[in-house]
Amino acid sequence: MARFSLRSLGLAAAAPVGAVIIAAAISSIVLMITGHSPVDAAIGMWSGLGKTRIQISAINNAGAYYLAAVAVAIGFKMNLLNIGVEGQYTLAAMIAAAFAGARWLGDVPGVLRVVLTFLVAILVGAAWAGIAVVLKVTRGVSEVISTIMLNSIAGALIAYLMVPGRMAILDGNLKHTVDIPNDGLVGAISISGSTTPLYTLTLVAVVVGIAYALLLNRTVFGFSLRATGLNPAAAIASGIGAKKMAITAMLISGGVAGLVGMAELLNGGAHHYSQEFPTGYGIMGIAIALLGRNSPIGMALAALLWSFLGGVSNSLQSKHIPKELVTIMQGLIVLCVVIAYEVVRRYKIRLEQREVARALSDSPGSDLAEAGVTA
Amino acid sequence: MADTADVPAVALRGITKRYPGVVANSDINLTVHRGTVHALVGENGAGKSTLMKTLYGMHRPDEGSIEVNGEHTTFHSPADAIAVGIGMVHQHFMLADNLTVWENIVLGSEPVKAGRLDAAGARAQIRELGQRYGLAVDPDELVEHLGVGARQRVEILKVLYRGAKILILDEPTGVLVPQEVDELFSNLRELKAEGLTIIFISHKLDEVRAISDEITVIRRGTTVGTADPNAVTNRELAEMMVGAALPVPELRESTVTDRVVLELKGIEVITSTNRTALSDIDLTIHAGEVVGIAGVEGNGQPELVNVIMGIIPPAAGTIELSGVDISGHSTLKRREAGVGFIPEDRHRQGLILEAPLWENRILGHQTRPPASKGFLINRAAARADTQRIVADYDVRTPSIDVLAAALSGGNQQKLIVGREMSGNPVLLIAAHPTRGVDVGAQAAIWEQLRHARAAGLAVLLISADLEELIGMSDSLKVLLRGRFVGTYDPHEVTPESLGGAMTGAERVG
Amino acid sequence: MTDLQEAPAVVPASATKRFTLGTRGWILISLASFLFISLIRVTTDAENLTSVGAVQSALKAAVPIALAGLAGLWSERAGVVNIGLEGMMILGSFGCGEVGQYHGAWGGVITGMICGALGGLVLALATVTFGVDHIVAGVALTIVAQGLTLFLANLWMGGQKGKSVPDVQRITINGFAPWLHHVQEKGWFFVSDLAGTVGGFVTQFSVLSLLTIIFIIASGWILWRTRFGLRLRSTGEAPYAAESLGVSVYWYKYVAVTISGAIAGLGGAFLVVGLNYQDQQTGGRGYIGLASLIFGNWRPAGMALGSVLFGYTDGVRLYDPTGEAMHAFVLLVSIALAVYAALQFRLAHRAVALVSAVIAALGLLWFAMTDTIPEQFVGAAPYVITLLVMGLASQHLRPPKADGHPYRKGSH
Repeated sequence: MARFSLRSLGLAAAAPVGAVIIAAAISSIVLMITGHSPVDAAIGMWSGLGKTRIQISAINNAGAYYLAAVAVAIGFKMNLLNIGVEGQYTLAAMIAAAFAGARWLGDVPGVLRVVLTFLVAILVGAAWAGIAVVLKVTRGVSEVISTIMLNSIAGALIAYLMVPGRMAILDGNLKHTVDIPNDGLVGAISISGSTTPLYTLTLVAVVVGIAYALLLNRTVFGFSLRATGLNPAAAIASGIGAKKMAITAMLISGGVAGLVGMAELLNGGAHHYSQEFPTGYGIMGIAIALLGRNSPIGMALAALLWSFLGGVSNSLQSKHIPKELVTIMQGLIVLCVVIAYEVVRRYKIRLEQREVARALSDSPGSDLAEAGVTA
Repeated sequence: MADTADVPAVALRGITKRYPGVVANSDINLTVHRGTVHALVGENGAGKSTLMKTLYGMHRPDEGSIEVNGEHTTFHSPADAIAVGIGMVHQHFMLADNLTVWENIVLGSEPVKAGRLDAAGARAQIRELGQRYGLAVDPDELVEHLGVGARQRVEILKVLYRGAKILILDEPTGVLVPQEVDELFSNLRELKAEGLTIIFISHKLDEVRAISDEITVIRRGTTVGTADPNAVTNRELAEMMVGAALPVPELRESTVTDRVVLELKGIEVITSTNRTALSDIDLTIHAGEVVGIAGVEGNGQPELVNVIMGIIPPAAGTIELSGVDISGHSTLKRREAGVGFIPEDRHRQGLILEAPLWENRILGHQTRPPASKGFLINRAAARADTQRIVADYDVRTPSIDVLAAALSGGNQQKLIVGREMSGNPVLLIAAHPTRGVDVGAQAAIWEQLRHARAAGLAVLLISADLEELIGMSDSLKVLLRGRFVGTYDPHEVTPESLGGAMTGAERVG
Repeated sequence: MTDLQEAPAVVPASATKRFTLGTRGWILISLASFLFISLIRVTTDAENLTSVGAVQSALKAAVPIALAGLAGLWSERAGVVNIGLEGMMILGSFGCGEVGQYHGAWGGVITGMICGALGGLVLALATVTFGVDHIVAGVALTIVAQGLTLFLANLWMGGQKGKSVPDVQRITINGFAPWLHHVQEKGWFFVSDLAGTVGGFVTQFSVLSLLTIIFIIASGWILWRTRFGLRLRSTGEAPYAAESLGVSVYWYKYVAVTISGAIAGLGGAFLVVGLNYQDQQTGGRGYIGLASLIFGNWRPAGMALGSVLFGYTDGVRLYDPTGEAMHAFVLLVSIALAVYAALQFRLAHRAVALVSAVIAALGLLWFAMTDTIPEQFVGAAPYVITLLVMGLASQHLRPPKADGHPYRKGSH
């Protein structure tokens, strides 16, 4: 069946590649309407690509984006839409930062300290996601709405905790958690030509990606996850406990979300959590999971695309093009890709029904169209 | 209009409709005379519904012409069909649960008074229509509170309200018991007496011969001829429909043993809406025995299936499988103990349409060999076993890598039967196992059931097809309002007396 | 993924009568809450809780939320879940800010509505024509809206603050308003509160607020009393049934989502009128609007009450400097929960009753142990209340049946 798989590979690539092209085309039109040259923009972006600093920070960002995307994708795979990665990772990063900087941890050896910090982050992320899933399985509350609400509540909670005397200290004008001592941090690799070091904890993203791929395709749990996503009623009838699956998936998703901010916290230069800690990765994660179609490799490519686009945005300024052009492009890519995937999905089913009908043309075929789904 | 008495109400010429890869209808010719009941018969999947969707404007034919009352017409949407007086009563009710009866009926052609909906006028008109044709409903009731028969009356009223002169009824008797069928037929005769034309789609030959004035037979997507219901026999019709005699559901000599496989004692089920769906259910099935459950839809069948499968918990009572109390076991544990399940709606509960066949083979067996090994999926073994099912159960497919959605209904069902028979089950729950499949698959599935029964399988059979139920069961029980109201010997019972018990009209001890 | 539970079988007549809160119920609840607020004012130091100024401030906060909720009502009644409300509001505020500074308030408002409607059209294109998952499409739309407005704002204004948009007309009923103001300042129980509240509506009352009230009433009438409304709602309840009766489902969904966009755009415009356009001016109000829609069980009256509740908690903050009134609010919520727990207990919903009672007890404990609420939590009140409502009263919530389900013509 080599033909089948070759074609499905082509079909899988068609949607994202097409979406990127269409998004670039529309962005070009926007540029032309506003009196800029798309060529200038391309040159500007290309020149940015060559800078080591941009490359390094793009790779660092890609790791965080990828983790956020995997967190979203685990939910997506079973039709659980975890919009709450944003709240889960910020809260996790904040509490983990306060934990790692805590004085009473002073005697604990560095490695153990880092491990414990990771554990706290995972637990906080999972717990915050857990609220949404408990509401869902016990009370049927849509996780979409509850996670949106929980994002805002997380924001309020962080604001409350980040008051000097609670979990923060005042340092000039900046409120931040107590600085993490050096042995509680993880070393980053400094690269010549770049002020930003390469985050070693990006490896965590790679490990999580591999684990995600294995989990999804090789394990009974992964099969159950996908089955629940594709047909929840059939999954229940097959002995896959929907509630148990929802809880497990959401907790894993929240746990992975908890990891999103860890590289920035333990590899980054700030050594603490403050209002300046990067936000927005949760929403980016949704976009990247959509673009990469929840596939471990697809999301990796999408995360890199995203972070490089973000990285070169400043280079646009030299051509007097607002850097937000990149945000438009990212938005357009997402919008185009979700449409393209839906179109390709339907086309694929139709194509396959036709193939099967042709292959079976010796047997009565008239009932095929009525029996199959008209997707 | 006076001199057009012999102009047919509907004339279809050379209708062809292609779907991706298949021709669902080819060169269909159909003439329906005014003021008659015209039956369109054919086996499942022969293309009847496709044809009626064409006639109702739900899609456009690729070739051919449609004439209504002698006028050539083209339909772009159901609205066009409604405009020329065609109405359709769908097989699956098309009603909005959260709207009232009158809202459902007037939707699409609402009476308006001073810019707002004329609810009073609509109610009056519906009551008047109901009285005229003997179709009683309360216009202000929410549809979600109605039973099956009332829903069908609403569907017919919807069509009459629009002043339809040509009614299409798509498999209207599928969910009705014989007595309700009689009631429906008397309604139809009244409609015919009022000068309406009725197109009656069915695959039940007795019913067709009882109600229709003329029969057109459709086979493999094309019309193969017409017949006079007074002259033709079931046998002859079957010949036209499938080119052979229809398969007969029947069991050979009894294989019932005295080894109890399934025993339900005092089962009670309360739904999430606080309704008692089942009460005082006692049921015993022995190895080698098929117990059939008869009942009108909505009397507790899905709850019975779900409670045995462990999908919903019982409020009271116990379930024993081969002597072990499994009342508290999860669905997974029950399946692992050897319970197979052919669900009533294969698309909803039986398959993952967008997954390949071999992954569908794993469904329900994901924790057992050959599908898995420990916590890992065993791809190679699962694929090999899928090949076995495809061969043994005659699943027509070019490969086990195609999506389940690409198979025909009959082949999907054979795959499910093959899967549920794997792993040596001790109990099989078969809910409408042959619903919507072609006669070839139907015969094959019945044959598999007979084999399994002979090998000692205990089977719980639920079906709306009374012939299947009577023919394939060793013992019959009637479920009414969540209780068993009678036990019957299938050798002695008739569909009529069974139907009486199903509606509560007749009580048998 | 709502089908975790088993599909309900056909329910025989008279089996279940759903508990629904009519308009009268909502009015009663509002009245009770009002009395309570009046009581809080008399017993605490927060003397301005119902002053003209506080009511004006609450109105100002409630109107955009109500518009977002109303926008959600239109689209969800046609079966399209609109999580892109925030994006449409962003487009509306941007359009209003850009055009309003040169062409006056109404030019800005209308442009804002058009921009929102365009956002609605894009959402309709994705969800209706292409059948994309509604949530996904809404999220994508919001991302696009943010990017586009940031880009254009930067391009046209180059990071400079634009000119401010003129204000719309404001209505003050001369003679009556000062008198009410006078009565309010007397501090009488209930009477002064009523005077303050009415005063808030007749002093400097924005024409846009008036328009919002008219829109909400008109929407209720159109959706529930007219042919157009019945058809539109039918596409959200049972699109295939509607299709089979010749209703053009695509058309109604398009119209509904476009109107939804226009109303959300108006909500965005409201935030800008009289002020400068700024990035992130909408501040997540689209999501609070969605919350008020759910709070109000997808009905206009309930949605309006939800918006007032959320708007009040937000707008009254300035008039409650010590946080004492909000602290009393905890008592109100706790009592409401305790009453609900008792009701649920009588209906034999033990688990719900228990959880409600526990939360009520914790709330009372919190009330008793503290004097004020940390200011950070006041802003989170709408979200917490929505979670409580959804978690505890979910069996009473009744979204349109086909809400969020992609519809394909002829696939049934």
